[in-house]
Amino acid sequence: MSDTMLTHPLVDGAVGPGCKKVDPIVVADNVTRTFGGLTAVDVAHVEIPRNAITALIGPNGAGKTTFFNLLTGFDKPNTGQWSFEGHSLARVPAFRVARKGMVRTFQLTKSLGRLSVLQNMLLGATKQPGENIFTALIKPLWSKREEAIISKAEEILARFKLLEKSEDYAASLSGGQRKLLEMARALMSDPVLIMLDEPMAGVNPALTQSLLGHIKELKAEGMSVLFVEHDMHMVRHISDWVIVMAEGKVVAEGPPDQVMNDPAVIDAYLGAHHDSDLGDMTGANPVIDAKEAAAEHAAKKEGAI
Amino acid sequence: MDWGQILSTAAGELLSPVTAAYALAAIGIGVHFGYAGLLNFGQAGFMAIGAYAFVVPTLLWDFPIWAAFLSTILVSVLFALLLGIPTLRLRADYLAIVTIASAEIVRFVVSTSGLTAITGGATGLSGYNGGFIDLNPFAPGRYGFGPWEFSANQLWVRVFGWGLVIIASVLVFLLMRSPWGRVVKGIREDEDAVRSLGKNVYAYKMQALILGGVFGAFAGVIYVLPRSLQPTNYGTTLTFFIWTMLLLGGAATIFGPIVGAMIFAALLTLSDGIVRGLIRADIVTFISGTQAGQIRFMIIGAVLMLLVIFRPQGIFGNKKELSFNV
Repeated sequence: MSDTMLTHPLVDGAVGPGCKKVDPIVVADNVTRTFGGLTAVDVAHVEIPRNAITALIGPNGAGKTTFFNLLTGFDKPNTGQWSFEGHSLARVPAFRVARKGMVRTFQLTKSLGRLSVLQNMLLGATKQPGENIFTALIKPLWSKREEAIISKAEEILARFKLLEKSEDYAASLSGGQRKLLEMARALMSDPVLIMLDEPMAGVNPALTQSLLGHIKELKAEGMSVLFVEHDMHMVRHISDWVIVMAEGKVVAEGPPDQVMNDPAVIDAYLGAHHDSDLGDMTGANPVIDAKEAAAEHAAKKEGAI
Repeated sequence: MDWGQILSTAAGELLSPVTAAYALAAIGIGVHFGYAGLLNFGQAGFMAIGAYAFVVPTLLWDFPIWAAFLSTILVSVLFALLLGIPTLRLRADYLAIVTIASAEIVRFVVSTSGLTAITGGATGLSGYNGGFIDLNPFAPGRYGFGPWEFSANQLWVRVFGWGLVIIASVLVFLLMRSPWGRVVKGIREDEDAVRSLGKNVYAYKMQALILGGVFGAFAGVIYVLPRSLQPTNYGTTLTFFIWTMLLLGGAATIFGPIVGAMIFAALLTLSDGIVRGLIRADIVTFISGTQAGQIRFMIIGAVLMLLVIFRPQGIFGNKKELSFNV
């Protein structure tokens, strides 16, 4: 990297891994999570900018989803502190995290199959007094709120082109439609930060375009978005900021174009020797070697008998 | 073979207090399994807890009947908390293991000879239904017609039992059409998804466990009101009878558990009557009367298997709802 200090409007000071943001929505410090001997997440410091689309990228096993689970309370860290809008969220249960306005979706879509699409949406709503077991018994106490959230749900469903499906069971939707439904459902609670775990995984290219459009729209409405993604082109297309994880650590961050050319990122994704020629297999072939060794071993065994 | 007698006994069974108790217990596991997705294999334990919590204070401390009912509610809520606190944070199968074991623990504890002074040990308890009979609003005499002809006391226990069944069904109906029911059904589908939407999944599961458990406890009371309390009645067979009834009628339905219990109870009596009739008429000679009592359970086992394979949604269940592999 050059000696001149890189700056960016989202960043307070120099751009680099763990840099300070002008207006962070999430600030995490010393978050670690180990599984046995494996350190899955070891993030020293990271800040997620507000009202921006931030992509969290990295190779398989980099700890992105684990970090996601930790931030949203679905997993418990070994150490670490993090705050959301200034409130500490460390060791807060998942449902409380969601109530604070930090709502997530899942890599493997979790649509509630045997509920209708509309029921799925209504579950996402907050402040429904009828969700209390006692008020639930008396319909007039919750029917007004129910009407309000039904009209809101229909509005969002229309935006996601799922309105005509609203009475169908969610299990009858296609994989891509379920992704849309999950995102739409998360919007029912008017989240401040929406966290999407691989929103584009297993979605066809046409639907991907529409998903990208929806994500951009979220930002336009004032929400902050953090998403995990594998596809670099996707990331380049919509994100304002990119954070790169590898082996549990944040190894780079910056605006997409700059990050994609960062040697640390290329190393993490492609390996340090990605541009050296692997040759045309004139040398020893490990597969053939192994076969020969096995044959030799078998012959020896036979001879012994 | 007296077909009239056999059919009439079976028809009488449709409205018997035992059937009402079965129906109420089935509504309880309907709440657990059908709506909330909780695997409770210890409904017999809840029934035993309910029955003993009703009977023991009545006999020991002369509790009035309202206080005995209050004790049933309190003790069954405590029992549900005891089962739920350690297991509801874990995967669904842990609750299944804990409930099946604790139901057996309850049965063994109440039948130990060391507790004979309190629980009556293996012989059980009797002579506690005076308070209930005193409340009988019906004048002495015969009521009803045909197979459904009852004395005043028989009518009273039936009206009371089926009244509780109706109250429980109305409660379940009101809850399941409400947003509370929506959350609970969402938990049945995927609890992490519901958690990610800001719902306290643990609290909802606990509420469902308590509600269904209290229904089970009341079922235990209805079960013992017209007879004496016998600890041997509360084995795992009772739990699986109730599961069969629930699956027969349809797990996530209002009328399913009631109709399932009626059909089951009538079939149980009918098959017993027929097998015994055949033996008495010397048509079947290779089994004894005692063996005949066991044969119906084999038939029920086979029926349960066929049901789960060919009609998993039960009589009232929505085929569409179960046709997805989720």
